[in-house]
Amino acid sequence: MHGVVMVFFFLIPSIPAVLGNFLVPIMIGAKDLAFPRINLLSWYIYVLGGVFTLFAALSGGVDTGWTFYTPYSTAASNSHVMSAALGVFITGFSSILTGLNFIVTIHRMRAPGMTWFRLPLFIWAHYATSLIMILGTPVIAITVLMVAAERALHLGIFDPALGGDPVLFQHLFWFYSHPAVYIMILPAMGVISEIVQAFSRKNIFGYSFIAFSSLAIAVIGFFVWGHHLFVAGQSVYAGLIFSFISFLVAIPSAIKVFNWTATIYKGSVSLDSPMLYAFGFIGLFTIGGLTGLVLATMGIDIHVHDTYFVVAHFHYIMVGGAIMGYLGGLHYWWPKMTGKLYSEAWSKFSALIVFVGFNLTFFPQFIAGYIGMPRRYHAYPPEFQVLNVLSSAGASILAVGYIIPLIYFMYSLVAGEKAANDPWGSRGLEWEIPSPPPTENFTVTPVVTEGTHQYVHPSQEVGVA
Amino acid sequence: MSGHVAPKSLYYLIFLALMIGTGVTVLVAKFDLGPLNNIVMLSVACAKALLVILFFMHVRWSSRLTWVVAGSGFFWLLILFSITMSDYMSRGWVPGTLR
Repeated sequence: MHGVVMVFFFLIPSIPAVLGNFLVPIMIGAKDLAFPRINLLSWYIYVLGGVFTLFAALSGGVDTGWTFYTPYSTAASNSHVMSAALGVFITGFSSILTGLNFIVTIHRMRAPGMTWFRLPLFIWAHYATSLIMILGTPVIAITVLMVAAERALHLGIFDPALGGDPVLFQHLFWFYSHPAVYIMILPAMGVISEIVQAFSRKNIFGYSFIAFSSLAIAVIGFFVWGHHLFVAGQSVYAGLIFSFISFLVAIPSAIKVFNWTATIYKGSVSLDSPMLYAFGFIGLFTIGGLTGLVLATMGIDIHVHDTYFVVAHFHYIMVGGAIMGYLGGLHYWWPKMTGKLYSEAWSKFSALIVFVGFNLTFFPQFIAGYIGMPRRYHAYPPEFQVLNVLSSAGASILAVGYIIPLIYFMYSLVAGEKAANDPWGSRGLEWEIPSPPPTENFTVTPVVTEGTHQYVHPSQEVGVA
Repeated sequence: MSGHVAPKSLYYLIFLALMIGTGVTVLVAKFDLGPLNNIVMLSVACAKALLVILFFMHVRWSSRLTWVVAGSGFFWLLILFSITMSDYMSRGWVPGTLR
């Protein structure tokens, strides 16, 4: 259940729904998304999907994990597979509608002068994400529907006894679910690109490389799914190809990391809380990405497959990457969204707690996995005890790091200082309008004459000695 | 949306074609055509899908951009099918591995 809720109901919608729906129109100088009613519909669909999944959770849960692997999910499991799968199926439509809305908005609603290469990188990231949402999500929807059809009607799709092939499920499932990782991480990368510029007071290094690397990740991400099937009975030749392409996807990811670093280099860096999260993201995502290369190597994957090494790897990407980006973005645009300032001291403190708690939770899992602790068992031999205790202690610290922002964000709504239009000294259309923005964002449609972020290095500023 | 209004008769014609396609599928299922089984079935299915997309979904009369969008959807489906088949076709090439 943890996986189903976290992947489909938190990580995938978090940044696009919370920050994207708010910022995509503002950043391109539009009044709203192209289809405001479809936007609302996607929210209702999300809630409906959530109800089905919640029903599955409350009535005993689903024991297939978020991956619904066959033949267990079709032939063996007697838990609430149907309602959980239906929840995922329904929520998929919410995702498709959001992607559709973003693509149409970015194509059709840009303000005069807002050319493609003046778009903020947050927009490029969301454009790439939307492509994946539209091209990938129908496949997972159909796949879980097939699981339901085989479970209820005994159609032979995945069950070998009925003439099917269980590995076919894994192909179909990961065709969506691997790109789904990029649905989670690309928006976070967009957030980091914005934060890094704002808090280094420098324009991004290699704008077009970062923009196109988002698209490259979205496209190449569709060719790598088979690295989840190395030991599932997949042909070794197909495995070779998947392994090679998986290495390729590291290139656009590395482009981003290097370009962020180059942007920070010799910038006028201020360590406000969004920037702390951005630093956390860059470091943790790098560790998560590099261990991804370890797993993409077929020979090593056989050693670490289904161990805690894998668990640690994807949590470095999901939590260390996506959630760090989400929290960074939330801290960066909170004053804009609510018009209130939160406590900077507390937010810096909590960013630090999250970073420490996260590493203490998941780093020991790399070691535990590498020396052989398998995933998905509640019991383990005594030699893993110390690592597991460290990991549990880290999880408690991490929880504190998540609760503190909840408190000061709530407090800021009640008693926070009023935020100015541009509390961080950032550049971009969203910082030129009041906080919070009026209903239709702009009273006069802005005319864009230059790239949206024109940061000037302090030494180049006129009037500065 | 787009201004084009197709005559009702065209829709009935397409509907008829789809029904004939379904009839052929059912009919062919009664005979074993050997290796032709899959080819016939998939051809009928593709033809029907094409009719729906071109006429019922109005892509036939839509802008080039819509063609590109519909085409890229197909291209993505092709990626799914062809790379998945690369697994199925090369299974068992290494002696001792499962087919």
